Amino acid sequence: MPQIFGKSSDKILKSVIAGITLLVAAAVLALAYYTHPDVADTGYAPIQPVAYSHKLHAGDLAMDCYYCHFAAEQSAHAAIPSTAVCMNCHASVKADSPRLALVRQSYDAGQSIPWVRVHRLPDYVYFNHQAHVASGVSCVSCHGRVDQMEVVKQVEPLSMAWCLDCHRNPDARLRPPEFVTRLSWRPDEDAAALGRQLREAAGINPPVHCSGCHR
Amino acid sequence: MTPSGQNYWRSLDELAGSPGFRNWVEREFPRLASELQSKSTRRKLLQLMAASFGLAGLTACRRPEEKILPASRTAEYRIPGKPVHYATSMNLGGCATGLIVETHEGRPTKIEGNPLHPGSLGACSALAQASVLGLYDPDRSRFPRKRGKRSSWADYAAFAEELFTPARQGRGEKLWFLSEPLSSPSLEALRADVLRRFPAARWVEFESVPFAAVNRGAELAFGQPLEAVFDFARADIILSLDCDFLGHDWRDVIPIRQFSERRRVDSPASKMNRLYSVESLFTLTGAAADHRLALPSSQVLGFARELAEELGALPRKAETKAGGAGRQRWLSVVARDLREHTGACLVVAGPRQPAPVHALAHVLNARLGNVGRTVAYLRPSSRPALAGFDELCQAIQSNAVETLVMLGVNPVYAAPAEAGFGDLLAKVAHSIHLGAEFDETADASAWHVNEAHYLESWGDTRAYDGTAALQQPMIQPLFDGKTAAEVLSFAGGQSERRSYDILRKHWLAQWPQTEGESRWRKALHDGVVEGTRYPLAAPGVPDVKRVDATARVAGTQGVEVTFFADSSSFDGRFANNGWLQETPDPMTKLTWDNAALVSPAKAQSLGVRDGDIIALTRGGNSLEIPVLIVPGQADESIAIALGYGRRQCGRVGRGVGQNANLIRSLVTPGFVSGVTISKTVRKRPLATTQEHHSMEGRPLIREATLEEYRRDPKFAHKADHYKDLFSLHKEHSYEEGPQWGMAIDLSACVGCNACVVACQAENNVPIVGREQVRRGREMHWIRVDRYYSGDPEAPRAVMQPVACQHCENAPCETVCPVAATTHSPEGLNDMAYNRCVGTRYCANNCPYKVRRFNFFDLNKGVDEIGKMVFNPDVTVRMRGVMEKCTYCVQRIQEKKIQARAEGGRPLKDGEILTACQQTCPASAIVFGDLKDPNSKVAQLKQKDRNYVMLGEINIRPRTSYLARLRNPHPELG
Repeated sequence: MPQIFGKSSDKILKSVIAGITLLVAAAVLALAYYTHPDVADTGYAPIQPVAYSHKLHAGDLAMDCYYCHFAAEQSAHAAIPSTAVCMNCHASVKADSPRLALVRQSYDAGQSIPWVRVHRLPDYVYFNHQAHVASGVSCVSCHGRVDQMEVVKQVEPLSMAWCLDCHRNPDARLRPPEFVTRLSWRPDEDAAALGRQLREAAGINPPVHCSGCHR
Repeated sequence: MTPSGQNYWRSLDELAGSPGFRNWVEREFPRLASELQSKSTRRKLLQLMAASFGLAGLTACRRPEEKILPASRTAEYRIPGKPVHYATSMNLGGCATGLIVETHEGRPTKIEGNPLHPGSLGACSALAQASVLGLYDPDRSRFPRKRGKRSSWADYAAFAEELFTPARQGRGEKLWFLSEPLSSPSLEALRADVLRRFPAARWVEFESVPFAAVNRGAELAFGQPLEAVFDFARADIILSLDCDFLGHDWRDVIPIRQFSERRRVDSPASKMNRLYSVESLFTLTGAAADHRLALPSSQVLGFARELAEELGALPRKAETKAGGAGRQRWLSVVARDLREHTGACLVVAGPRQPAPVHALAHVLNARLGNVGRTVAYLRPSSRPALAGFDELCQAIQSNAVETLVMLGVNPVYAAPAEAGFGDLLAKVAHSIHLGAEFDETADASAWHVNEAHYLESWGDTRAYDGTAALQQPMIQPLFDGKTAAEVLSFAGGQSERRSYDILRKHWLAQWPQTEGESRWRKALHDGVVEGTRYPLAAPGVPDVKRVDATARVAGTQGVEVTFFADSSSFDGRFANNGWLQETPDPMTKLTWDNAALVSPAKAQSLGVRDGDIIALTRGGNSLEIPVLIVPGQADESIAIALGYGRRQCGRVGRGVGQNANLIRSLVTPGFVSGVTISKTVRKRPLATTQEHHSMEGRPLIREATLEEYRRDPKFAHKADHYKDLFSLHKEHSYEEGPQWGMAIDLSACVGCNACVVACQAENNVPIVGREQVRRGREMHWIRVDRYYSGDPEAPRAVMQPVACQHCENAPCETVCPVAATTHSPEGLNDMAYNRCVGTRYCANNCPYKVRRFNFFDLNKGVDEIGKMVFNPDVTVRMRGVMEKCTYCVQRIQEKKIQARAEGGRPLKDGEILTACQQTCPASAIVFGDLKDPNSKVAQLKQKDRNYVMLGEINIRPRTSYLARLRNPHPELG
């Protein structure tokens, strides 16, 4: 009776098993890689309904972040400003620009502009802007040089590991609270040394336990 | 506004479920698992999984695009993420509680008491706490209806404009109004206008839960309408005559606050009040009482008479001796104790009792010199001559009613069945009903107008002492509801048609023109209108002869049935409120049902057990209701909660419990006698929550008499048979930052459940429904354990609120395989929901049984309107996740961040209030920093009475209890 499996079949079986194993491993690795916040979230730069340029407003015109995002100082949310805030200037500045048509329409009709969210945390994370800016963490630490961005994009992964990096070693990212919105600000001395001084003076103690962020 | 959220309560409908059990057996298994039993779906699932794996590699699988929609123009003070608080007030049966309402982005989410309001003093009841859920009830009536068909407000307005004219109504001979007892200055003024325009029109104040006897009693005693106001805090001795002033016989929580003030004992030298309670059913007042006499409600009049005779307030008659020697001794001790505390005692009668009992209480108070001390009389605003509900029924019967306006009442359900009001209503040509639900009365009326919730309307209310408070809307009416003032405005002949205009006009007319605007703003801001308390009245001497003549004791005939306002649905108006349905009755711990409460002896003689259905028949109407055996119930008395058995109700309340109004009487609304009882063969298993929490012989509750405490101030520690405990685990160091802890004074706690609902509202605690409660899966983070003690014939009861104890050596943490529950440096036992995989090891290892597991996705399928009640500061949990009390960590963080923003200042004691603490009418719960030696909680923990539960297992809970004290009379023991 001839053998059903030839000599080579052993080899084929082994290579098939090895192949499947490799494939699965590759799939898992790929999944892990592509869904990692570093890869999946950083660089996200959606197209906004109004081509608002932070570079122009916050950079060239040097408007303070708090002018629009005034809630950041008082609330958990930095908040996208209402259309009325845009119209404070644009009622007279570039009042007829076709690029601002949606803004005017929103203001006149009392409807919201559907801005696309760039920085998003899961629902079970309770990030608080007020706590951070009051402690002297600058906007730039999480949002990057928004004043140089034509289109806003996410530059940091905003993952838990990334948050904890800073919560464990906050010194280098602390500055006097009055400079929080000056994205280009650099201390004259060593940033970490200044941060340490600030932290000790104000008794800043970033939480690293669960309920610090999860409630 | 999206129309009808079909899904909103869908899970609840199944939970509350009429099909019941089968549904739940199915749902025991995860949905996916039953799906997988069929091969085709299984293959499909694998395909889908493979496909999503494939997609995972592509960058196209970015998270879905999310929109941020800022308002086009925002109000100046409205900052996204910051709650805004408004003052308003809630009326319940003619008595208001002042409230502060927390709103998030224009949604009311949480209700607190208003410290400036005399009817709240910062606390509020479970009913007030839960009323916010009613705002988002998807089963609310959404539009006006004409003969049951959808109509519009414009149509109604056109109809009403034409109907309420002198041309049509003449002097109003056939015009009737039916409302709750009015306690709103602007509505009272509007009523006066209506009655001026139609002088022959009649007005009936209808109440399902009877409170009117209280006022009638004062009128009987003093010959003039008076509002009696009690000060429980100044009374050393209190005698309650069938009055559950700590529970359902009072419409606000002030008595709890005043009473508990005198139960908090600082040191052995402190004094304490003493409470005697004579009552038929075991109430919270009976549980708090130092001495309780179980007496059928119908015999309370006899008791009050005897007492009055004993104290010389009525001429003594020899033949009135009733009851055995025990009762006589009890009575003579009470009489002596009252006499010895002349001027510092208080006799209070319950609203269930008829007017003569109230009159006797007034006579007794006058005799004991309490007037002006513990009881004051105020002169209420003048009321027009009102008609009785029975007169209305007769008038309809004789076709003398053509137009009937019913404002926020549901008489078809709530009136005694013997009135036959549902059939009568058909004889009224123009029956107009204003109500929040399309209820039984709406169904029987020609016109139904959907009523606005009080959180979305302008209005005003009166507190128990007459103090007026404004109601302001926090949100646009969700379903364009209307208020009573708006409906009434057509009849009043004013030009104003909007409640805001009506209200403002009324109040601006009360004030000097120059101050009008500033006083209006102040009243809105503070939540009270200054200077509106009723003036003090000189009541004069009670007319003893008249009281003596009316207080005639009739012979008792067989078993009586008493009715009480339910702690959950009140008179049925909260029947569709899931939070309240699931809140256990404070005494019986019954949820999602009412029952005939019978004493163990009576049950034995009837041969019934828990859940057996009995039929109670009175005057041709029969009520079939399951039995619940309750120790402490008077033997010849059966008690039934009102507010159940609604036929036409939303999905939560429909078919829940039985309608006690079937056997009620128009003449004696509080209780009836002459009821025949028969057994049926059917059973209905009841969902009570307290069965499993037995003491198991362990000293969880510690109590003593004041005497014993004075002899041995450290009595609470006698049960601690341990010293020098050490831990096998590495102990945390608690040096940095504040250290949170809680102390609960069991002497002060009366078990009112306000904390349970406050916690539910604050922490997005879901409801699970009747069947799941029966399986012990209720989700409440704080429960109130009720323990009976002593002789089963005359039991005592103790309340103990139990939430997570935040152990320093927490046993739950050491068994969690994924470190989802860990310790914070501030001593909190943290719970990270997103990390929990649902092994439930922690719950198994928790000695206090305070961890709750989400067996189902209880929040799934909640529609957009239902979601509005969620507190955005707390995660909404999903299936498979463990949860428990967090000491309101979101409130701790909020205040810490605020302190940081204010220059890193230290937190003040009392700045952070947990939800349960904030609403506690008894101020029994104190939370704070244990490291601060001056904090209230740290000082309480230094007291002799302070103890922890299960101290011997060395888990060092952060919550401790102050042992309960009683103050019995030495002669009664």
